[in-house]
Amino acid sequence: MSTPQQPGETTTVIQQAVNEDTDKRDVAGFLKRQLQQSLAFGTLVVLLIFFSIASPNFFTFSNIATVLLSTAVIGILALGTTFVIITGGIDLSLGTGMALCAVMTGVFVTNMGLPVWVGILGGIATGVLMGLVNGLNVTFLRLPPFIATLAMMMIAGGLALVISGVAPIYFSTSAPDFKKIALGVLIPGIPNAVLITAVLAIIAAIVLSKTLLGRYTFAIGSNEEATRLSGVNTRRWTIFIYMFAGAFTGIAGIIIASRLDSAQPQIGTGYELQAIAAVIIGGTSLLGGRGSILGTVIGALIMSVLVNGLRILSIQTEWQNVVVGVVVLLAVFLDSLRNRQRT
Amino acid sequence: MFEMDSMMEPSTTFKGAGEHMSDPILRVEGISKGFPGVQALKDVHLEVHAGEVLVLVGENGAGKSTLMKILSGIYTRDEGTITFEGQPVELTSPLQAQQLGVTIIHQELNLMPDLTVAQNIYIGREPTSVGLLSERRLNRQTAELLKRLNIRLDPRQKVGELTVAEQQMVEIAKALSFNAKVLIMDEPTSALTDSETETLFTLIEQLKSDGTGIVYISHRMDELRRLADRVSVLRDGHYIGSLEKSEISVPKIIEMMVGRVIDEGTRPSAREHQDEPIVLDVANLSTKTLLKDVSFQLHRGEILGFAGLMGAGRTETARAVIGADPRSAGTIRINGRDAKIHQPEDAVRRGVGYLSEDRKQLGLMLEQDVTFNTVLASLSNYAGALGWMGDGKAKSRTKQYVEQLRVKTPSVNQIVKLLSGGNQQKVVIARWLMRDCEILIFDEPTRGIDVGAKEEIYRLMQQLADAGKSIIVISSELPEILRVANRIAVFANGRITGTLRNEEASQEKIMQLAAHGEED
Repeated sequence: MSTPQQPGETTTVIQQAVNEDTDKRDVAGFLKRQLQQSLAFGTLVVLLIFFSIASPNFFTFSNIATVLLSTAVIGILALGTTFVIITGGIDLSLGTGMALCAVMTGVFVTNMGLPVWVGILGGIATGVLMGLVNGLNVTFLRLPPFIATLAMMMIAGGLALVISGVAPIYFSTSAPDFKKIALGVLIPGIPNAVLITAVLAIIAAIVLSKTLLGRYTFAIGSNEEATRLSGVNTRRWTIFIYMFAGAFTGIAGIIIASRLDSAQPQIGTGYELQAIAAVIIGGTSLLGGRGSILGTVIGALIMSVLVNGLRILSIQTEWQNVVVGVVVLLAVFLDSLRNRQRT
Repeated sequence: MFEMDSMMEPSTTFKGAGEHMSDPILRVEGISKGFPGVQALKDVHLEVHAGEVLVLVGENGAGKSTLMKILSGIYTRDEGTITFEGQPVELTSPLQAQQLGVTIIHQELNLMPDLTVAQNIYIGREPTSVGLLSERRLNRQTAELLKRLNIRLDPRQKVGELTVAEQQMVEIAKALSFNAKVLIMDEPTSALTDSETETLFTLIEQLKSDGTGIVYISHRMDELRRLADRVSVLRDGHYIGSLEKSEISVPKIIEMMVGRVIDEGTRPSAREHQDEPIVLDVANLSTKTLLKDVSFQLHRGEILGFAGLMGAGRTETARAVIGADPRSAGTIRINGRDAKIHQPEDAVRRGVGYLSEDRKQLGLMLEQDVTFNTVLASLSNYAGALGWMGDGKAKSRTKQYVEQLRVKTPSVNQIVKLLSGGNQQKVVIARWLMRDCEILIFDEPTRGIDVGAKEEIYRLMQQLADAGKSIIVISSELPEILRVANRIAVFANGRITGTLRNEEASQEKIMQLAAHGEED
């Protein structure tokens, strides 16, 4: 729909028509892009209304706080991995990585008797380090992210067991206040873990939309080679992104250790898939280049509302998994629908 | 000259039974098609006779692809009639169109790389014996088909191992395995080398003599001159007219396409750049794979053309210079200083921007907007403390470039995918201008861009050079090189076989140098 440079040709009228058309398509495209997010949001609202009507025990202050608290760990993991997924990558090492971070915090605090803040930094550093290794493997060894992080998942899971001696590391005697990190209440009625998750979500949203790191996350996911040819050191930024996501894994590890008042070496398995599911339900594309933190937050909330609501309705745990699985299927199906419209 | 129903039938060796020579095999009358907000086609006529090549031309947005999609059953028309072999027909799906005998070969090939040639051709129609697939029969019937078409391919070879040209042959064979009577080809040579193009043309000649009617869509005037029995022109969704073989002349066609006369003979102003400082000095550049001792110098304000056949080493040179691919030897000096360039980042930092030949794969982020694509190379300049990005400045700067380069876009928030090829190219140019690059390497800058927009890109390049930018332009189209380049370096087999000043250059001289390496 390009036109020759000279004005005053018959093409001008058509051109205007075409431009108007592109305008409309732009609007349609915008709506389409918002579709899944608003769909996810709509789903969340519908679920809330449904469970509120179905059970008087659902929409109570304490139950909502429970829902939010149960969102915290998967939510934090999902926030970090949203970045990785937008680059077109995937991180399977989230779950066992989180367990390893928790164990390392336990080692620092309980086994070595170091202050709690050192343990926290140690846990986060462990996550960042795993991110660094994942990033190096993906960029310099050119391993597919799936393989690189699958290997890391097994390594981290193994190390968590080895380091902990296949036994939980307890904080109750070494650091009695440790559980307050997640369960304390700075704001009455709201556990700190919820507060921390909210703050992290805001930070992640700002980083994704308002910083160079976020911009390059989208650029690499949209077209890595074009980004590289534009003079961006894509390897370095990819590594940064994995490290950034790793920090979230570390924080999730500390939160879960605090909630359980112990570092459980076997806790993490399966969390990575739930976090990835939350990201996908939130409308982030597995193909890269598209996604949002708000979507991820909604996605994580949908998962915990579902699980909590079904539990309140006394539906067996087995069925809860089935329902969550169906939701993931629907989300991915909608994503693929959207991709079909794109081509 | 705008006569539709011509009695002059191109003399062919068509031997079809029961057909009158003058009856078109496919006739399209008064076709209109509207989409919300735009009339894509208005009262369009087209007819294809057995055993002829009809070249369909028109700028991007002229309605060619809409027409093709109607003919291949992807879209349904709003008005008009389609007659196939004398019978009015409805084309409702690609499969139905194919079974009827109308097949389209898209620019992007639709083959499965991990299946064999035979498996690809007969996908969905596999011969079986006792309910099991019979590879033997499949390969035999494929071999027969290929033999009939004079295509030398092994039915058992995996398609992924074939060249693009060979894959195209497979597509054509597949089309003819449906007994296609009308074959529509959408810019089939855009990814082919010259010798592959020759092979394709030979095949087209043969299909013609077998009585297949061919609709050939192309931007390239040399192909049109070579192949066309007739030319039909679309502009802005309207049918403009057709030319018989004897009436075909390039200026006339271009005039019909763009609605005005374009001077084909323009050459860049004969300005000497030898006295200008050398901004880029490449010496003895070699790579492990192709390049051998490539040396050239680029002066300030100069446009240096890289001519040569595909695979001669032009793009490879550009990529090696900017550090996108590894070098095995050679030095690069920029503004007289040794430049250690190991990755594109280093080149960009020294003011060298590379505009890839493959805009969509290697240049643009199609799903992102104009601003995103424009600021991509300059992002770090807009980032504050902690990498903070304000959108306002990036947008207003993008707006400036959009206006300066006259990018036709409703806004800087438009998704780049929705822009035309010419405007997409301008977005890439804007990216490098914003980065303040002094040296720009344009690789096939007008590929897939329509004639009117091409001229605008040429003028833009000239303006940039006049403003002191130094430009390398890689092009496979000789008229293009002659149109823009002050000097022309000709590549063959990984070497530069000669450098010509524009005044002394001609298509023939360039071709001689380009073919030079072939004999080695």
